[in-house]
Amino acid sequence: MRRTIAAVFASALFALGGLAHADTTLLNVSYDPTRELYREFNAAFAAEWKQQSGEDLKINQSHGGSGKQSRSVIDGLEADVVTLALAYDIDALHEHGDLVPADWQKRLPDNSAPYTSTVVFLVRKGNPKGIKDWDDLVKPDVGVITPNPKTSGGARWNYLAAWGYAKKKYGGDAAAQEFVGKLLKNVPVLDTGARGATTTFVERGQGDVLLAWENEALLALAEGGGKGQFEIVVPSISILAEPPVTVVDKVVDKRGTRKVAEAYLKYLYSPQGQEIAAKNHYRPRDAAVAAKYASTFPKVPLFTIDEVFGGWQNAQKTHFADGGTFDKIYVPGAK
Amino acid sequence: MSAHLPRKSSVALRDPRWLRWSLLAIALAFVALFLVLPLLAVFGYAFEKGLDVWRAAVVDEEARAAIRLTLLVAAIAVPLNTVFGVAAAWLVTRYSFRGKGLLVSLIDLPFAVSPVIAGLIYVLLFGKQGWLGPWLADHDVKIIFAVPGIVLATTFVTFPFVARELIPLMQAQGGDEERAAITLGASGWSMFWRVTLPKIGWGLLYGVILCNARAIGEFGAVSVVSGHIRGLTNTMPLHIEVLYNEYQRTAAFAVASLLALFALLTLVLKQIVGWRMRRIAATEPDA
Repeated sequence: MRRTIAAVFASALFALGGLAHADTTLLNVSYDPTRELYREFNAAFAAEWKQQSGEDLKINQSHGGSGKQSRSVIDGLEADVVTLALAYDIDALHEHGDLVPADWQKRLPDNSAPYTSTVVFLVRKGNPKGIKDWDDLVKPDVGVITPNPKTSGGARWNYLAAWGYAKKKYGGDAAAQEFVGKLLKNVPVLDTGARGATTTFVERGQGDVLLAWENEALLALAEGGGKGQFEIVVPSISILAEPPVTVVDKVVDKRGTRKVAEAYLKYLYSPQGQEIAAKNHYRPRDAAVAAKYASTFPKVPLFTIDEVFGGWQNAQKTHFADGGTFDKIYVPGAK
Repeated sequence: MSAHLPRKSSVALRDPRWLRWSLLAIALAFVALFLVLPLLAVFGYAFEKGLDVWRAAVVDEEARAAIRLTLLVAAIAVPLNTVFGVAAAWLVTRYSFRGKGLLVSLIDLPFAVSPVIAGLIYVLLFGKQGWLGPWLADHDVKIIFAVPGIVLATTFVTFPFVARELIPLMQAQGGDEERAAITLGASGWSMFWRVTLPKIGWGLLYGVILCNARAIGEFGAVSVVSGHIRGLTNTMPLHIEVLYNEYQRTAAFAVASLLALFALLTLVLKQIVGWRMRRIAATEPDA
């Protein structure tokens, strides 16, 4: 018995040793739908970095709902870079624990968002409920799938896109609140992350329409359960989603990885990085790459969060903070 | 104990035949629907694209890291809980002291608390914003979002299994043999190894097996403290979720089939141990 216990501990220690890594590592803490994007991008950048510096680089990935991931970094998950769904979740890194400076978003071009996306609808083949635009989502017999805006960045974009549409069309925030409230009544379940919502719609067959990142919808078309079972519907107007990226200063300074972390993010803006983003269904910033992929990304009028909501800080406070509009209009299980 | 009931007067055996058969049919249908069918589905999906795809999913670098981590966590959490379980059961059954009832209830706490809460407790304690967080960060000790946090959360969740198994057993056995050993001059340590351990051996093994099964399969608590870094802090259950969410259904179920195999193995071991325990109980004269 004693010998057995000793053997167990010895093998445990051995296994612990096996977990240690020798070469440089980066941890990219990202949101849900970027899994495929960063798998491809990380491989490309590791090769590039090897050529530039001769160093072997291992990039580790963590994915989850954007708000949840931000929370984890605040609680001590040592991310060298974060690539999250919206600026507010990175602002939170400044507010709690001062992990990044207040002006982090000005450090890289285009509001630190190397790629953009928007919110579109994914419907079942043949569009049986005839969903064409935002107004069709509040009809009584339509099941809408969207994740929880408290934890998911994508869900916040979805919510604000619907709000912005109603505000423009029906004039004013009161009408918009009524519209979004009606829409939320059609949501049978709120998943914590965008990917969870997609699987609910695609693999488990729940709901008639999925409110999704355009990149997520395109991916579901390409890879989801059965190909050719879904169609994308582009609404008359939507929101310009800018998922931002930044180096986490406190972590890279502690770990001595600032140089490689900054090079990693810059590479996202390079033609190679932009090409990988476009291939993975994100709208590239680079004009040449955008022209090449023009057929993938339909032209649609997009409003920005600054125009309609006065920036993320305001939007967050009004809509998603505790006691905000979302808490007022969302009643779980109400139908 | 049911073994002591006089068998012939058992009411169940006097029920009409139709009732017995329909109860049996309901039970079997229930088992088939809720246990056998999902298990078959796991293996069905795992092998739907053939053995090579299954093997590729299991030997994938991230999958291997997840398997290693899961085994490592179990290798630490299970011995810890075994030592604790024996100590606690000893304390509870051999001594009487104020607050014993409270201690017994506290041992059961992890059964009552949702695993998510269990994970959050550790984040609040050891996270950067938590009570001990700043001190840990200054001393460069990583607990949350690293292997120690996963071990802690798993240990918490699997805490009661061994103690729960031993307490009734040791209560039933009483302490006469130990007292005899001490009277005859045995040291406390040799009494434990030569008298107590052989007596409780099979019960202990039973508890350890259950503890291990839960340690390997734990999802909720581990999910909260893991940080989900693939290849580093994803255990097998977390890795399965990742794969499933990446539209790699076959790979997800391939790894799931490994977990199911562990579970089946556990079941077989549990049966063998339970059978041995009953046999020992039957051959021993009642105290």
